[in-house]
Amino acid sequence: MPTLVFLEHHGSELQKGSLGVLAKAASLGADVSAVLVGAGVGALTAEAGSYGASKVHVAEDATLDPPLPQARVDVLAQVVRDGGYDTVLFANSVLAADIAAGLAARLDAGLNWDLVDLVEQDGRLVGKRPALQDSVLVDVGWRSEPRLALFRAGSFDAAPTGGGAPQVENVAVSLEAHSQAAKVVDQQLEESSGPSIEDADVIVAGGRGLGSPDKFTLAEELARALGGAVGATRAVVDAGWYPYAAQIGQTGKTVSPKLYVALGISGAIQHKVGMQSSNVIVAINKDANAPIFEFSDLGVVGDLHEIVPKLTELLNQRKS
Amino acid sequence: MKIAVCVKHVPEGNSKIDAGSKRLDRSGEGSLNHFDANAVEEALRLKGDSDTEVVVVSMGPEKAADSLRKALAMGADRAVLVTDAALAGSDLLATSAVLAAVLEREGAELVLFGQQASDADGAVLWAAVAERLRRPVVSQAAELTVDGGSVRVKRQTEFGYDVIEAPLPAVVAVSDAINEPRYPSLKGIMGAKKKPSESLSLAEIGVDAAAAGDAGSKTEVLALGSPPARGDAKKIEDDGNAAQAIVDFLAEKRLV
Ligand SMILES: Cc1cc2nc3c(=O)[nH]c(=O)nc-3n(C[C@H](O)[C@H](O)[C@H](O)COP(=O)(O)OP(=O)(O)OC[C@H]3O[C@@H](n4cnc5c(N)ncnc54)[C@H](O)[C@@H]3O)c2cc1C
Ligand SMILES: Nc1ncnc2c1ncn2[C@@H]1O[C@H](COP(=O)(O)O)[C@@H](O)[C@H]1O
Repeated sequence: MPTLVFLEHHGSELQKGSLGVLAKAASLGADVSAVLVGAGVGALTAEAGSYGASKVHVAEDATLDPPLPQARVDVLAQVVRDGGYDTVLFANSVLAADIAAGLAARLDAGLNWDLVDLVEQDGRLVGKRPALQDSVLVDVGWRSEPRLALFRAGSFDAAPTGGGAPQVENVAVSLEAHSQAAKVVDQQLEESSGPSIEDADVIVAGGRGLGSPDKFTLAEELARALGGAVGATRAVVDAGWYPYAAQIGQTGKTVSPKLYVALGISGAIQHKVGMQSSNVIVAINKDANAPIFEFSDLGVVGDLHEIVPKLTELLNQRKS
Repeated sequence: MKIAVCVKHVPEGNSKIDAGSKRLDRSGEGSLNHFDANAVEEALRLKGDSDTEVVVVSMGPEKAADSLRKALAMGADRAVLVTDAALAGSDLLATSAVLAAVLEREGAELVLFGQQASDADGAVLWAAVAERLRRPVVSQAAELTVDGGSVRVKRQTEFGYDVIEAPLPAVVAVSDAINEPRYPSLKGIMGAKKKPSESLSLAEIGVDAAAAGDAGSKTEVLALGSPPARGDAKKIEDDGNAAQAIVDFLAEKRLV
């Protein structure tokens, strides 16, 4: 089972999620290789080895540096064909999802997504996928090779396997015209500064159900009463209601406070992955069918505009 | 200009997987995937009062015509539904083959997708379709502008925001934060019935039945199980005393 893992990096840092997938693949006893794409990635091969890669394919080229998927499809397609890989694994991310699906179409290969585990059952690979707001756990398989899999963020711990220096192979790629058409023209990287919500014991998070940006004061006042910090969903961050630094979820922070209070948040999978390990989850949502109730310890069906001011007042009274 | 918007008809409410076929039970009521309403809205915004044509495209059962009609009622100009008995059980690969074929036939300069299908949560289909069309693709668009033959997209990643430009023809998948979809007006609803809408079989779009549906799929569902049960979750309806109930709950958990 020659397996290839796509390793994502940002600057000079390999992403934990993809290292976790690499370590998982190695633990299945597979012959595991990794692929690194971008400028300066040759410096990251040793680390890839220590997480279980016996070989690392390196496509090092300045034109490949912008974090765009299509040129990476070209690279991976070539590596998979030349290396005879029958399994290709990805840790989910904005970039990796688009590479995986593009590669599926290029290689006419099956892609299973949102997997939380991969096991060998009766000699075949089986993926575990929570589906329909995680109400069922589905066993999924592949009918042909290569098998492509995209794992949900945070599925595996990135623990070094103690592997040694890998064999390094340089990839010379020729890119397709359509793969080079998109260009990154600007990047606003968010450096974390100030106290991080990742350390807060209590987080009150607000979503689009707050109704308007100014209503974030409801979340802020409740957070103050509980001695906590304020978080937000991507929907409200993208809409400019609240800063990106407060965003929780797949493309934001991963938090595990003692108490997480969700106000007007539907509970999409990509939000859930950032907060599901909170100790106690309380959700207020006016839609009784909102997915967030599937993973809340206390779910309150109601209008947050009614409930939250009263709740804040009761908590403040208790304190005085 | 011509803009094609891919929309999906999804089951309403809490959907189930049929234990026999191991497929999503699509027998009940369905509606327009709400994430796709953002894509329709964005197309209408780009159209403004220009002569741009907005075509909504869907692959699905005959009932998917309801969702296309909703998109027409919002203001789209024309609808195309690919429906065929041979489509049942399509995975990502098979779906992308069918959509690419119908999109090829339309030849729109811009193809829009929604953020995800609420029944599949894949959030990946656009990349497979764009690869088949051999066009640039940009996903997670929180802002989109089109000018001078190219698209400009602002989108969030794990590290902040990127601004990406791509020449037309291109494929763009929008985020649910890009706009607030309009509700169809009464006039829109009445007018939708008169707008051109066609229903096509696989043969009519030139896709071999072996490349679609279960036959064209390379992934399969092997078994269904229950996820680990959660502890003693409580759910209450606000009767005016929810705030007190929350305080009591927090006190019981020693969180206040
Ligand atoms: C690649 C990718 C990455 C993503 N990353 C993230 C991420 O990091 N973080 C994240 O959060 N999302 C992320 N998302 C987006 C995610 O899929 C959802 O779109 C988003 O989380 C929805 O935000 P929301 O819950 O605020 O809005 P909505 O889904 O619109 O939910 C609003 C909720 O408020 C409720 N409501 C409305 N009015 C009231 C009221 N008066 N009282 C009480 N309840 C009310 C509604 O019933 C509804 O359930 C990502 C998506 C993709 C595809
Ligand atoms: N059957 C379908 N017909 C047309 N468009 C679809 C279909 N399924 C998914 N889409 C589009 O692809 C997007 C992403 O879907 P998914 O990758 O399945 O989550 C949706 O938001 C729609 O725009």
